[in-house]
Amino acid sequence: MAEKEENGVEKTRVGVFICHCGSNIGGLIDCKKLAEYAGTLPDVVHFEDNLYTCSENGLNAIKNAIKEHNLNRVVVASCTPRTHEPLFRECIAEEGLNEYLFNFVNIRDQCTWVHMKDPEGAYAKAQDLVRMGAAKATKLEALEKVSVNVNPTALVIGGGVAGMSAALNLNNQGFTTHLIEKEDQLGGRLRSLHKLFPHNLDASTLLNEIKSNVEKASNLTVYTSTTLKEVDGFVGNYDVIIDQNNNEIKLTVGAIIVAVGASLFVPKDIYGYDGRTRVTQQELEVKMKTDDVNAKNIIMIQCVGSRNDERPYCSSVCCMTALTNALVIKEKDPSVNVIILFRDLYTPGTDYEEAYRKAREQGVIFIRYSLEREPIVEEDHVKVYNEYIGEEMKIPYELLVLSTPLIANDDNKALAQLLKVPLEANKFFLEAHVKLRPNDFATDGVFIGGSAKWPVDITEAISQGYAAASRASTILSHDTLEVEGATSFLPELNKSLCTGCEVCIKVCPYKAIIKNEDDEIEIIQAVCKGCGVCGATCSQQAIVIRHFTNEQILSEIYAYGGREVQ
Amino acid sequence: MSFEPKILGFLCNWCSYAGADLAGVSRIQYPPNMRVIRVMCSGRVDPMFIFQALQQGIDGVFVMGCHPGDCHYLEGNYEAEKKFNMTTKFLSIINLDNRIRLDWVSASEGVRFGQVVSDFIEHIRELGPSPAGGKDPDEDLLVKLMAMEVAAGTDRMRALVGRERKLIEEENAYGEVVPEEKFNEIFDSAIHDEYIRARILLSLNKDPKSVKDLALEIEIDPSEVLENILILKGRAQVDMQEIVGITPIYMRT
Repeated sequence: MAEKEENGVEKTRVGVFICHCGSNIGGLIDCKKLAEYAGTLPDVVHFEDNLYTCSENGLNAIKNAIKEHNLNRVVVASCTPRTHEPLFRECIAEEGLNEYLFNFVNIRDQCTWVHMKDPEGAYAKAQDLVRMGAAKATKLEALEKVSVNVNPTALVIGGGVAGMSAALNLNNQGFTTHLIEKEDQLGGRLRSLHKLFPHNLDASTLLNEIKSNVEKASNLTVYTSTTLKEVDGFVGNYDVIIDQNNNEIKLTVGAIIVAVGASLFVPKDIYGYDGRTRVTQQELEVKMKTDDVNAKNIIMIQCVGSRNDERPYCSSVCCMTALTNALVIKEKDPSVNVIILFRDLYTPGTDYEEAYRKAREQGVIFIRYSLEREPIVEEDHVKVYNEYIGEEMKIPYELLVLSTPLIANDDNKALAQLLKVPLEANKFFLEAHVKLRPNDFATDGVFIGGSAKWPVDITEAISQGYAAASRASTILSHDTLEVEGATSFLPELNKSLCTGCEVCIKVCPYKAIIKNEDDEIEIIQAVCKGCGVCGATCSQQAIVIRHFTNEQILSEIYAYGGREVQ
Repeated sequence: MSFEPKILGFLCNWCSYAGADLAGVSRIQYPPNMRVIRVMCSGRVDPMFIFQALQQGIDGVFVMGCHPGDCHYLEGNYEAEKKFNMTTKFLSIINLDNRIRLDWVSASEGVRFGQVVSDFIEHIRELGPSPAGGKDPDEDLLVKLMAMEVAAGTDRMRALVGRERKLIEEENAYGEVVPEEKFNEIFDSAIHDEYIRARILLSLNKDPKSVKDLALEIEIDPSEVLENILILKGRAQVDMQEIVGITPIYMRT
């Protein structure tokens, strides 16, 4: 078995494995020839080509070669590290090699798949990439992952339906949970709603049920009129200060969930909005709650302030809100005229589309307008150009209802900065990956759910609350966590180079670099995410970016350029 | 045979590298001239890498990161831009600035990845081979590139680049926000000065010289050489070796 590289004098012995990926790579370029070429490269002592290197056979071939040829570096040229690096790292680790002594060369996704009509060009590129990959491999160093303790406590920010669902879920799993809400009571948007689609459940019934569960929850502490003030630390160990009516409370938590929801857009100066006879859907629901809707002619306008240049997104809840409210009105008094002016109607899924059919059956009238010719609202009637019949219509109303979007909260930016998480263009919170990590932030230990991410309805908010809680529990359920070993690092030898200019502290987005009690620069490895900006900026070039060191990257550049380096 | 540009791409792991993979999954076709070095963040791309690549005779260097506001590391791409701008300013001295490019490609922009890469390859193809490349490179140009690398590596330039965003957007140690115009003025003169100083140092590395000889070699006014020699003396990088007749000869310390 190959020894772990510890003394640094062991000779570098690289094994290169070229994957055919069936015909994905092998169908375009000669993998056998490429493997033989790899065999001519410096320090490469073993080379082979495999039909599928990621298969059982392929992985065994790697393991056998490590044993047989005493390999201490492994290079696989195949698909992409973004999907398969973990597998190969694990494979070499099983054979006793440090997982960071593996290097990936992408000759499928970024080579044979994109140069299908140029096999020669693709082969030349694959050759260069393998040469560069093998060169970097010779410079790789073994790294250790850091182990950190986990505090099995959660903080949920936002006491709306998503936040309460998340907090209850965590409580039920047995995790101590703190739920903070900036208003003086729980409930969020749910408090102002009337009937909930698709089954017209009373919003207050649902709210009371959730709130009573929150009250009964034994591991859950609720803080109302409370905001987040400070956050320090890292995954598993966040030190948090919350502010409740100007009283500071210190908490230590292992994970944080952002469920701050969204705000309502007020259509100031749009369509003569006045909050009385020209209201928003939410204001209509308040009227409906108190049975204060007497109008015989009601017009609803959809997409008011959304899906335009300023707010290009669809608020996703307004179509169903309008349909639900129209149906409730029609149910109470079928003689009331309800006319919905819309641009497009979105009613996805089985239940929601049913609401649309029902509304048509009940006699709700749908008139399509376009962004280019928006309706004109007069004192007692609306002029609308009907896209279907190509005519302008004049429709009387006593009550005009504007379907306005949910918008990002004003304080999202401040919260995002505290938590070091990103916002998207509309100032909603941005998840780590829309499909692979929809309820995570890129920052480890911080999660997202509900309308904080984009406008969602109650059903979706509950699902996402649960999802965020479930993601948080993948952290909280561990006693310890391993964090990335490929981080920035100030080697003992380089400490004398440091002039204390603190540029690294300024550019670090994670506050991973501090000046410690001895007035020395210290990098907290558990906080560092390994972006490498500090190393590329360090005025004395003293900081080393592990796994992407200057030496390693330069070795790739030189291997490509091919000139002798002075 | 037609000229096939040798192009190096630095791709950030989270956006542009993912976009490049997506181009593959979508079978977007583009010319095979670019070789990719994966970095975790475009902000990792030390200007040194670009100067080294050009000294290796590579015809074009493409740095790609996440779109502004989308950086996986929050703001690394802004830092990348600052570093890239400095590199561009240096390279404009020798008209090689059009051989490097910075662009943003997201993980969902497979088609765009193919487009921007094709476009850059075409751009370099039109420019022709790098004068620093090939079997018979312009030695004078290589010296200049080396000087730029040295100059960009000085703590003065690195600290300026590292502090740029804070200085312009927030404030300096005295609580003042530096106007962007003012900063650019300081920055441009620092680029000029450090480049000249690096040229002097590299030249003196080979053998001691007089101010006049240095001025001829670097093609600047002797008074400017002298000014910089005095600063380099202050930094203990240059010393006077001897006086020949009435001409002082300087050497590296």
